[in-house]
Amino acid sequence: MTSTLYVPRDAGALSLGAGEVAHAIAREATARGLELQLIRNGSRGAYWLEPLVEVATARGRTAYGPVTVADVPGLFDADFLSGGAHPLSLGPTDAIPWLASQQRLTFARVGIVDPVSVADYVVHGGYQGLRRALALSPDAVVERILGSGLRGRGGAAFPTGIKWKTVLEQPAGQKYVTCNADEGDSGTFSDRMLMEGDPLSLIEGMTIAGLAVGATQGYIYLRAEYPHAHRALHQAIAAAYQARYLGADVMGSGKRFDLEVRLGAGAYICGEETSMLESLEGKRGEVRVRPPLPAIKGLFGRPTIVNNVITLASVPTILHRGAEHYAGYGMGKSRGTLPIQLAGNIKRGGLVERAFGLTLRELLYDYGGGSASGRPLRAVQVGGPLGAYIPASQFDTLVDYEALGSIGALLGHGGIVAFDDTVDMARMARYAMEFCAVESCGKCTPCRIGSTRAMEVIDLLIEGRETQGNVRKLEELCELMVQGSLCGLGGMAPFPVQSALRHFREDFGIRS
Amino acid sequence: METLSSSQGETVRRIAGDLKGRPGPLIEVLHAIQAELGYVPPAAVPLVASELNLSRAEVHGVVSFYHFFRSTPPGAHTVSVCRAESCQAVGGEALAAHVRQQLGVDFHETTPDGRFSLEPVYCLGNCACSPAVMIDGRLHGRVSPERFDALLSEVDRKR
Repeated sequence: MTSTLYVPRDAGALSLGAGEVAHAIAREATARGLELQLIRNGSRGAYWLEPLVEVATARGRTAYGPVTVADVPGLFDADFLSGGAHPLSLGPTDAIPWLASQQRLTFARVGIVDPVSVADYVVHGGYQGLRRALALSPDAVVERILGSGLRGRGGAAFPTGIKWKTVLEQPAGQKYVTCNADEGDSGTFSDRMLMEGDPLSLIEGMTIAGLAVGATQGYIYLRAEYPHAHRALHQAIAAAYQARYLGADVMGSGKRFDLEVRLGAGAYICGEETSMLESLEGKRGEVRVRPPLPAIKGLFGRPTIVNNVITLASVPTILHRGAEHYAGYGMGKSRGTLPIQLAGNIKRGGLVERAFGLTLRELLYDYGGGSASGRPLRAVQVGGPLGAYIPASQFDTLVDYEALGSIGALLGHGGIVAFDDTVDMARMARYAMEFCAVESCGKCTPCRIGSTRAMEVIDLLIEGRETQGNVRKLEELCELMVQGSLCGLGGMAPFPVQSALRHFREDFGIRS
Repeated sequence: METLSSSQGETVRRIAGDLKGRPGPLIEVLHAIQAELGYVPPAAVPLVASELNLSRAEVHGVVSFYHFFRSTPPGAHTVSVCRAESCQAVGGEALAAHVRQQLGVDFHETTPDGRFSLEPVYCLGNCACSPAVMIDGRLHGRVSPERFDALLSEVDRKR
């Protein structure tokens, strides 16, 4: 009998040895004369258990992890192919509490399916959303996205349906659907996981978007730092063309949608939508002045949807299971679920998809298990390098757009980076400005020069020179950057600095 | 400015010719050149400009804007160390210092023997397994200084 095994191809799992484990399993099986079907799935997102090996048994999928090459012979001896007992046994994968308590809508298939198999995708509910969309008018599709309450998951949280409606209302002619896969925020990896683990859901979401607004061409703007996602997308797009889910006649509808991947070249600013459009056009990624909005004058001057990976990958489930179903999750104006990423100094890091409305504390302690170092957590940065630092005294804040906004923080792309009590917040503030200086596109003076000046002022504070005057200077400079920059890089880089100054004054040598 | 070898010139012309019909092709052309030659030689800039009907300033502007494009040949191996917050939260700065010391070069430099180029990177998307390092396109997570040394000697053996 052939046993079916799953060993992730996810870059994070590979970074911990999943590739070597897969080879060792195949080698050991051959030596023992056993037949195996080895499927390279995405990651379930429980990275502290990676490499996580799963076996299909009569009782469902059973997990073992974290597996090293040295564990492989012992696993065979314990008859893990039939779900045998072993110290690394985690039992049925779906019953692992960390996974079982999640609400996976967008990530429903990640870690489950063969990422590049259209057949497997369809078996697990794939292309049901597109099927529904093809039976609806473009207006009705846009109506459903509006009704779901979906907001842009890249960070800006703009209502997706309104963007789509604007593009739909533009006169017919060449329109584009572009996917912003330039996931540059430290502490975030949900886009990467999705593109590696279930790329077809992104492809399906983009196809639905194309049909909804009358766009026949899609581009995925992928950062160059993601070679594994690049390969997975290439394979999945080829498979979708082959099965006629892409191309001149999408699902026999007579409608066309073409899709290709374009690689970025290592510029954080290209995650800003107008700069991304410049880069897609092959130019320097300098920010454009808005208006005109990309929905009216976007890629090559044509009406363009710009959405993040997670936003677009959430579209199929909304069409398939209904706007009400999706909107039934969440709270207030934050509807649906959010794939939250736990990173940094955290014991059980990984991807947690839950409805909006969890507290930071639940995420950091119930899921995250506290710090990896065992020391007390002192701060978290939420929302990437432009997000505020939040002190432990505010860990009861709810994770939703409005609640974080009310304490002067932002949710961004949903990444949470944890720091223990050894962190020096003055140094983190300096880094925020250093990063801004490295990544500034140079268009706005407050960002281009202000970031370097701020770095110098923070250096003086670290040296303990003229604290009072320099704090005032830094505060003024931050305010100037916030007010005087065209885009979020210069306009938000002060947020981590201002929050560090507010909550961790002692690190700057300020006597309260 | 060094001139292109005839084979380099041929490569650049072929790539630009193949891709110039595509919308907004410049970055794709530069990616293809770097994939084949390992870098974008400054002497390729006027050639690309004339093939794509752009000004030299436009091409130079793009090459110099993006961190990924390099104007000098890379070492035999490229080591990219993540410098971003998540990695900093678990010893990333100490790791970066260790790597610099082991290789004897700073970021953006190549060892004199041409074996290693060291590059900073701002997030490899492996933040649940920080600190992260990429060596020749292979990603490594939870990299301690000791593990880095082991990875380095492994790469060096393969040479």
